[in-house]
Amino acid sequence: MARKKTSAKKAATKKVVKKVVRKAASAGATGPAAKKPPARRKGAEKKLPTRDKLVALSTDIARKAARGEDPFIDIPTRNLSNVAFNQRNRIIEMGDSTARRNFFDLGKAKKFMQTMLVASGASELIRQEKTTSIRDLFYHCKHTIEGTKENTFDDQSESDVIIEDLEVAIASLREELGLFAEPKGAMVGPMVIEDKGDTIDLERMGSGGYAVPSIVEADVIKFKRSKAKFVLLIEKGAVWRRFNEDRFWDKHGCLIVHGGGQPPRGVRRLLWRLHNELSLPVYVLVDNDPWGYYIYSVVKQGSISLAFESQRMAIPDARFVGMSSFDAKKFDIPPAVSIKVTDQDVRRAKEIKGYPWFAKKPWQREIDHMLKLGVKLELEALSAKDFSFITETYLPEKLRTEDFLD
Amino acid sequence: MASAAPSKQAARTRARVTAETMAAGQRDISVSEFFAKNRHLLGFDNPRKALLTTVKEAVDNSLDACEEAGILPEITVKLEHLAHVDESRFRITIEDNGPGIVRQQIENIFGRLLYGSKFHRLKMSRGQQGIGISAAGMYGLMTTGKPMVIVSRSRRNKPAHRVTLAMDTTRNRPEVAEDVETEDFPPHTGTRVAIELEGRYTRGKTSIEEYLAQTAIANPHAQIVFIPPAKRPRDDEHQEGAALIDEEDALARKSLEAFDRTTQVGDAVVFPRTVDELPEEPREIKPHPRGVELGALMTMLKQTEQTQLGGFLTSSFSRVSSRVSQEIADKADLTTRTWVKTIGHAEAERLYKAIQKTRIQAPPTDCLAPIGVRQMLAGMFKGVRAEFYTASTRPPAVYRGNPFLIEAAVAFGGDLPAEEPARVLRFANRVPLLYQQSACSSFKAVVETSWRNYGLSQGKAALPQAPLVVMIHMASVWVPFTSESKEAIADYDEIRKEMRLALQECGRKLGTYLRKRQKIRREGQRRDVFARYIGEVSRALHTINPELDPAELYEQLKAVADAKTELADQQLDEDGRLRKRRELEDDAVVVDETYLQAAGDDEDEIEPSANGRRPSGASADAETDPDGADEESLFGN
Repeated sequence: MARKKTSAKKAATKKVVKKVVRKAASAGATGPAAKKPPARRKGAEKKLPTRDKLVALSTDIARKAARGEDPFIDIPTRNLSNVAFNQRNRIIEMGDSTARRNFFDLGKAKKFMQTMLVASGASELIRQEKTTSIRDLFYHCKHTIEGTKENTFDDQSESDVIIEDLEVAIASLREELGLFAEPKGAMVGPMVIEDKGDTIDLERMGSGGYAVPSIVEADVIKFKRSKAKFVLLIEKGAVWRRFNEDRFWDKHGCLIVHGGGQPPRGVRRLLWRLHNELSLPVYVLVDNDPWGYYIYSVVKQGSISLAFESQRMAIPDARFVGMSSFDAKKFDIPPAVSIKVTDQDVRRAKEIKGYPWFAKKPWQREIDHMLKLGVKLELEALSAKDFSFITETYLPEKLRTEDFLD
Repeated sequence: MASAAPSKQAARTRARVTAETMAAGQRDISVSEFFAKNRHLLGFDNPRKALLTTVKEAVDNSLDACEEAGILPEITVKLEHLAHVDESRFRITIEDNGPGIVRQQIENIFGRLLYGSKFHRLKMSRGQQGIGISAAGMYGLMTTGKPMVIVSRSRRNKPAHRVTLAMDTTRNRPEVAEDVETEDFPPHTGTRVAIELEGRYTRGKTSIEEYLAQTAIANPHAQIVFIPPAKRPRDDEHQEGAALIDEEDALARKSLEAFDRTTQVGDAVVFPRTVDELPEEPREIKPHPRGVELGALMTMLKQTEQTQLGGFLTSSFSRVSSRVSQEIADKADLTTRTWVKTIGHAEAERLYKAIQKTRIQAPPTDCLAPIGVRQMLAGMFKGVRAEFYTASTRPPAVYRGNPFLIEAAVAFGGDLPAEEPARVLRFANRVPLLYQQSACSSFKAVVETSWRNYGLSQGKAALPQAPLVVMIHMASVWVPFTSESKEAIADYDEIRKEMRLALQECGRKLGTYLRKRQKIRREGQRRDVFARYIGEVSRALHTINPELDPAELYEQLKAVADAKTELADQQLDEDGRLRKRRELEDDAVVVDETYLQAAGDDEDEIEPSANGRRPSGASADAETDPDGADEESLFGN
């Protein structure tokens, strides 16, 4: 990846320059309007630098201990019961309910200790002005507790959850704690960006594409020139490669992005910036199964577990282009390539059908139809007709007829 | 029976016997002769059991005699292995401080079967039939040819008598071989019996030691000393029937009064007295009409001195007033004036049925002497190394017109093996029952009690799997045994129900204790968990905010944690180190786990020669029985 990036950097400046200038300018004009929502969240709470918030946390705990009280941290709950769908903004927002994490409660003591370790790791990162991966932090915090055989952390999954806890507890983003997740996802298209000062032409990224980093904030990635008309998010890397190989982005003047399944925060944030700063419509192409539906809804409304980040990630105007359960008939896809739904699929589908952000009629019909047919379809199923059926017939047809779901 | 048919045919062809020739062979069978041939009925089935039964009968007699005379029993049991005579030759000597036996009665008591004071009355006592000790003497005589030697002093200032007693088994008559006055007896009254017999000495579940240990549990008012066979055969073998304890031993024994647990002194095992009052003397009662069977009723009618039915009923039975006798007579189509002599079989049967149909007050229960909760706790504490003890005494109840009373106690934890089924100690009128456990009503009651409710694990229809000793005692004027050897209590619904209730009562207290203990342990664990994390947390806080002093934070957090787990603290620090008996309620004793350690240390300080706390360690060289060897004793190992 790294090697590709540097080679791309040098190539970037040659061709694209002339093409993109005007588009970028017009995009910049619409930018400010779209920027509004995130500004609101950053408002009152976020004045304090993260470092100060961590210090405040530590003094609060020390004060409680000095008074002989059981120290605790209140952590906003991250589950379905504590999220609400904001009908007006069309995003999932986190509610007010919190869970109190006491130190001297047998069931919570270890998690309390772990939270303190993660907080101290983060404060070290901030002090040293470094960033690191959440896996790295896991190793930083993992050690054997003195005089015992017990480890502070046994598995990265433990520290990942604690990091999210800390994020919501002190209302600081992961990036502000100096942390990022393992990047996944790639992008190509008619656009030139600047990443940490390196100019990158996204049209000249070869077969692998530009690896989307975890932190895509404006101080890291700047949009230089763009002639893209929309963004297409594709669920899987394999299908994305077909689109890239067939130069779909060139033919249709769009950016194609994939997030390796459920897109990571970096990809989602980048989509959000493309949409809000460059006013690019976002289309989502996923498998026809409950998990595909949910990936779409995460892009559009935000996720339940990261509801606190919906404001800066959710794209309520995103559109679902496929695959729909009605597509099999429309495109005459042979029944042999469909897969029977499992019990788990049915359960998940019904769950999703109950979410308020899937309450719209067309969506209810879509999900009901899938359940009625009792089959799911992978994007690759379209290859039954022809390898490039998806890029040459299916998607152009969908886009032309605006066969979307909102 | 099967051979009856063919023999009939045979009889016709060649007359083998006639009524006359048969009559020539028909004669009285003496009871002694009968029992000589059926000794298994009395518990002399094999050499191993013979030793135990002999000790058992003698100890039972001694305890009964002491209690009746109002004397706190001190009993010494000495077992000698007379290996120089024969590998299987033993001598058992039992000495008590009881009232002694008047000279004229000695041969009757020890030399005749079915002779005694206990058979004819309805009174709670250990022995019931009066078979025991004379049978032991007879067994000895039969197997070794040696008569038993009895030394007894019945008056403090009179000399003791020494009687050597053989027995004519055909005539059920004693034969006195020697009769002298002797000074070879401690200055108090009492009796010493020495029996030489063929036997086999073993350890384990059915050993003499185990029997005495259990007897000591059920009789905490008795002091019992057991002297097992010497480690090395001694040259100065005891004279038959000679004094058991010399001056020095007596002195050592005196110093033992400080102990309240089973202790070993030199070769001897001492089961000390832990309760200083005698059990209440049970009163004798007349039979209750409901408890009498038809045959017995007819016998009573024959033997009564009363002439009229009314008088017979009111004087022969308990709880029969003149009104009740009237009712019975009416229901039997008789009157209270009916002459007793005129009552035949038909009338007696009507009378029997009438009794069953009449409402009669339950029999008096003051004839029962329970061991008592406090006494049971002292007994269990003495003999079982556990951490928790509880006991309960049920109110008296009645089966078939016989009053009875059930008591139970449990000991839990401590040194008891955790991975084995619980042990059941069964007692009838304070006598341990060592054989036929699974046939016993009490065993069934333990099995059908659901111990899982009290926090113990228990398989289906099995004993609970826990470090547990369960004691069940049945006190009754007439304990229904399944056989003459008195090894298992017969299964009556009323009895089993009472047993279950007593066990449940103990179980509930145990459950409460276990829950409490669990809570204490959890608190302790909680504290450990917190302590582990406090260091981590204070260092982390220091990293976030270097102004915070990690040492100070540590202390502050520790203080909060300690306050939060206060309960664990309280339990750990209570009382001194040595004696950690804590009364939960009046009916339970808790010994802290630390006590066992502390007590062990202390015993060594007082008596350096006490090399072990366990009486089963007494005779390391004792012949171990192949099948008895791995049976564990009450004390574990």
